[in-house]
Amino acid sequence: MQLSREELLKAYRDMATIRQFEERVQDEFSKGGIPGFVHLYAGEEASAVGVCMHLGPQDQVASTHRGHGHSIAKGCDPALMMQELFARKTGLCGGKGGSMHIADLDRGMLGANGIVGGGPPLVVGAALTAKTLGRNTVAVSFTGDGGSNQGTTFEAMNMAVVLKLPAIFVFENNQYGEGTAFEYAVGSRDIAGRAAGFGLPAVKVNGDDFFEVHEAAREAVERARTGGGPSAIEVDTCRFYGHHSGDAQLYRAKDEVRSLREDRDCLKHFRRRVGEAGLLDGAELDRVESEVAALIDHAVEVARAAPPPDSEALLRDVYVSY
Amino acid sequence: MALKSIRQALNEGLAQEMRRDPRVVVIGEDVAGGAGSQGQRDAYGGVLGVTKGLFGEFGESRVIDTPITESAIMGAAAGAAVTGLRPVAELMFCDFLGVCFDQILNQAAKFRYMFGGKAKTPLVIRTMIGAGRSAAAQHSQSLYHIFTSVPGLKCVVPSNAYDAKGLLIQAIRDDDPVIFCEHKLMYDLRTEVPDEPYTIPFGEANIVRDGDDVTVVALARMVHYAGEAIDTLAKEGIECELIDPRTTSPLDEETILESVERTGRLVVVDEATPRCSMAADIAALVADKAFAFLKAPVKRVTAPHTPVPFAPSLEKLYIPSPERIAEAVRKVHGYAR
Repeated sequence: MQLSREELLKAYRDMATIRQFEERVQDEFSKGGIPGFVHLYAGEEASAVGVCMHLGPQDQVASTHRGHGHSIAKGCDPALMMQELFARKTGLCGGKGGSMHIADLDRGMLGANGIVGGGPPLVVGAALTAKTLGRNTVAVSFTGDGGSNQGTTFEAMNMAVVLKLPAIFVFENNQYGEGTAFEYAVGSRDIAGRAAGFGLPAVKVNGDDFFEVHEAAREAVERARTGGGPSAIEVDTCRFYGHHSGDAQLYRAKDEVRSLREDRDCLKHFRRRVGEAGLLDGAELDRVESEVAALIDHAVEVARAAPPPDSEALLRDVYVSY
Repeated sequence: MALKSIRQALNEGLAQEMRRDPRVVVIGEDVAGGAGSQGQRDAYGGVLGVTKGLFGEFGESRVIDTPITESAIMGAAAGAAVTGLRPVAELMFCDFLGVCFDQILNQAAKFRYMFGGKAKTPLVIRTMIGAGRSAAAQHSQSLYHIFTSVPGLKCVVPSNAYDAKGLLIQAIRDDDPVIFCEHKLMYDLRTEVPDEPYTIPFGEANIVRDGDDVTVVALARMVHYAGEAIDTLAKEGIECELIDPRTTSPLDEETILESVERTGRLVVVDEATPRCSMAADIAALVADKAFAFLKAPVKRVTAPHTPVPFAPSLEKLYIPSPERIAEAVRKVHGYAR
């Protein structure tokens, strides 16, 4: 499918926003401005953006502990996200969720998730809502290679097939579940093949290539929207940082990250592809990068200045108030 | 005697038991780490380094890295325990109990009773508890009261390195499933710990401090916060007896009751949420069995009935503080009918 100029620019802008957001979060986290734990998505941008470009605000996604990229791709405001990471009253979750629980239900972002394998069953539920209420929406779970091994994930895939739901299971295989390699932990070494075993149309795509992800997601979303039931996509990708920020990454080969950044950078691939095809020139993309940089600077500035939650917030929202 | 951190004490206890008994195996997510990677093996040694180095000594057949798959880990450990191994399984954060509770609640905990006393399930589940690290709602809970409420499970909640080592070795040698709760902010806390293996029996509380005015019962990190409060109160002339039950199941009722019979006043400090908690359980025990000795209502100092918030400012309010503990003791001490 041919993408328009506007679509290409949006794709690059979203990927660049994720990349710069994550690089900046790493920086701010190291400086002590961000409490708790952060798990960075840098390196995997083509997956979130390639999938979410097919989704509207009514479509739902459920994410993982590595959730910033999915949130941005689904339309969450990076400034409000940054405020959440800084534990501010004005953050997306009022400072009560943080990086691992960032969510924006108005934009169909059902939350990052602290539980590996927590998302896929929720997406079955979101797809069930869509089907039952006759909405023409789809629900997408993003899960890692780690989460692909959870029983909850297997159960969710089976149930989605049984109920023929508009659900899409995206498996972002970034090669490690925490500090354990995919080659060790996924017995069949074939996540898509395993999904196929549950009866899902399943494909494996190169996550360095935005266009490959985009095309696979287009087919899956179209299938879901037209009543064709669930699909699975395994995205072969990589993360530029550790499991969490601060991970010593002793399980990596020497120079592994450096060579990933050189050879497997999905933003670089995108630039090359659109440049060679004469669709966008480098200057345009550089301009996008500068605009994004200003946006992220602003997000951090606002986040730093924002107030912490009021102490009353501790007891609020355990239950609905009437 | 050497000063050792809780992390070192647990590591040493594990290594000594693994040397003593070849049936003892460690199993869990990244208990070594680096499996299948191009980098180092034993890259983690547990996310907070408690099992570091065991892989080098005992190898992959006894230090078993698993996929992220808590139900299978807990179930496999339960199944292995009932058939002849003595697994020490790791449930990285106690919050992940939500993923795998069936294998603990309906399987491991029930075997012995349900099979007419024929089964032994020598299983240890090491798990991290506690707030204070801005790890938010799904990585900060203290769920020992849930384990404690299940007949068939034993539950250990140590507060220092000496107890941690002795109780862990006891847990490994115990023939019942034992949940061993480690507070994530206490791993670097050091006390004197003997080099040789030793055990501390379950159901024997530690009287951390003597005092005749008010009994304070506290667990894990709260033992230390209660200690701080008691220092302040001593300057005001209030002498507290501080009891650390060390195991919540079995619970040393006798030590708590004896103390309350002397002081007539009780404050229970618990980092967990208040409903159906250890604080509620101990308060009920005293109301039931030492009512006649009570000179004041029992006070519970706990977290609020909320999930754990992310923001450090809110989390600080969530966790019982030495100030709140001292205030509760003053109230109980100054109570007059």
